[in-house]
Amino acid sequence: MWSVAFRRLLAALPNLLGVVVITFLLTRAIPGDPAAYFAGGAATQEAVEQVRRALGLDKPMLQQFFIYVGNLAQGDLGQSLTTGQPVLKELLLRLPASLEVVLLSLLLACAIALPMGVMAATRPGSWMDQLSRLITTAGVSLPTFFTGLLLAYVFYFLLGWAPSPLGRLDPVYSPPATITGLYLIDAALAGDLALWRACAGQLVLPVVTMTLFVLAPIARMTRASMIAVLSADFVRTARASGLSQTTVLVRYALRNALLPVVTTLGMVFGFMIGSSVIIEKVFGWPGVGSYAIDALTASDYAPVQGFVLTMGILFVLLNLMIDLLYVLIDPRVTIES
Amino acid sequence: MTTGGHLRHVLTENPVTLLATGMFVVLVLMALFGPWLVPFDPLASKASAALQAPNGTHWFGTDALGRDIFSRVVVATRLDLGIAFSAVFMSFVIGMPLGLAAGFFGGWWDRIVSRLADTIMAFPLFVLAMGIVAALGNTVGNIILATAVINLPFYIRVARAEANVRRSAGWVEAARLSGNSDWRILAMHLFPNALPPAMVQVSLNMGWAILNAAGLSFIGLGVRAPAPEWGILVAEGAAFIVSGEWWVSFFPGAMLMLAVFTFNLLGDALRDIFDPRRRT
Repeated sequence: MWSVAFRRLLAALPNLLGVVVITFLLTRAIPGDPAAYFAGGAATQEAVEQVRRALGLDKPMLQQFFIYVGNLAQGDLGQSLTTGQPVLKELLLRLPASLEVVLLSLLLACAIALPMGVMAATRPGSWMDQLSRLITTAGVSLPTFFTGLLLAYVFYFLLGWAPSPLGRLDPVYSPPATITGLYLIDAALAGDLALWRACAGQLVLPVVTMTLFVLAPIARMTRASMIAVLSADFVRTARASGLSQTTVLVRYALRNALLPVVTTLGMVFGFMIGSSVIIEKVFGWPGVGSYAIDALTASDYAPVQGFVLTMGILFVLLNLMIDLLYVLIDPRVTIES
Repeated sequence: MTTGGHLRHVLTENPVTLLATGMFVVLVLMALFGPWLVPFDPLASKASAALQAPNGTHWFGTDALGRDIFSRVVVATRLDLGIAFSAVFMSFVIGMPLGLAAGFFGGWWDRIVSRLADTIMAFPLFVLAMGIVAALGNTVGNIILATAVINLPFYIRVARAEANVRRSAGWVEAARLSGNSDWRILAMHLFPNALPPAMVQVSLNMGWAILNAAGLSFIGLGVRAPAPEWGILVAEGAAFIVSGEWWVSFFPGAMLMLAVFTFNLLGDALRDIFDPRRRT
């Protein structure tokens, strides 16, 4: 088992390298003079030359790449022109905000999509199956910004149930003391119920928006996987032995059916990271996505680079984790290799 | 069975297929003839008519500058479908040959091409598109390029899988023995066989490419105002949602959803026709 895990680890390294190389190429692919870009619009010729020497942009490409990697190893992702702060520091500050929405959405999506997929699989071709297929296809066709705006309109403007979609917390409240950075956990640890409710209220709309978008892949994969497992011999034996439908479904079929779903979760996470950029813009959420968009609109290039690199690395590491998890939970992987 | 009879059978066998094909035809007609069929000039602003709710003259209402939203939404079809189609076409034309070569020849071809596809897929794709557009510049051409790049891996994988399965087939051997060069075998024999799953992919990709282009425009990349494009139209109306003028964002968004939905249904229908076993 360990050798398989180790091999998976090694397989992730070229991906990490690829991410770094592509991000580096993107930084040098700017049409025009990269030094002028990094120096900012108001820089004089001398300032541009200074920046060029400081960033090593006058050296050959390969040497620049090694300098870039060296900087990365030290955690230097550059400096933001608009805020003057190091990019890494700002990204780390804002990462919990994005992660809170993504993790909650993942939980909610699994909680809805898994039962939906199982139900569709146990009654294939029925109206329930068709309905769930329609819902999931509609969910994946809806642009996230549209769903977000629609939900904000219905639940905030019309019904008044949700709070104003203007950020992570109503200005009336002050954020909880930072322990994890995730407001729900921090507020719970601080024991402040009113604050917890306020944070949860702000979270509802962004989380529901993101969940709707990712229901489809999870539900479809669950359904396909369950249908395959339910036609297996061991399920037939379990039924013939007189086990109840629930036992057969949950303890025997679902456990085996979940394996491909776990791999799908990796792909789904990639979608979520992408759509979190849009959701943060719609709801004014102070996460890494809105940080990158603000920088982009201000032609501030280093944060966008840092964002692309960080998200790429995060994604590779997450897929690696899922690969390793797979090795743990599926004994056939070790045996087959 | 005649071609007409077969086509009729395919369309009526599953009502979803008929629906999807009908919607697809409507979209294409809107894209081709839209600008001539709309009642108002999509760029004509009229301050006195600003932010009117949907009524008899303005079916979808007007936006903040008094422009007719119905006209803008219909004319936007051309830009959105154009961007998506160009991007998918580029991906297809570059990705399919690469994938076929990788699957057929194996060895170094396979290693390099697979590594390329894996590296692209190592990024969250929307983030990569953002990065590419940010690096290369904020133009429609770069949106198309970025969308094409992030869709490449899908075509590479489909073509590679198909070529891999068939490379040792009897008829490929026979073709080689009759004197066909490797490239001829790829183009004339393997490519047509890889087309059915590729077509399914094209249809699903079109929907995804439209969403991508609209998403990038929504955050301010690519298409600029006043050009009508569904993502931009939604962005223009976003500020008015919280004050109750829902129609400015709703109609472009609904149109966007219908277009993507059409392509997804079409892709599903194609998949049902070509390989019913792969239904999900």
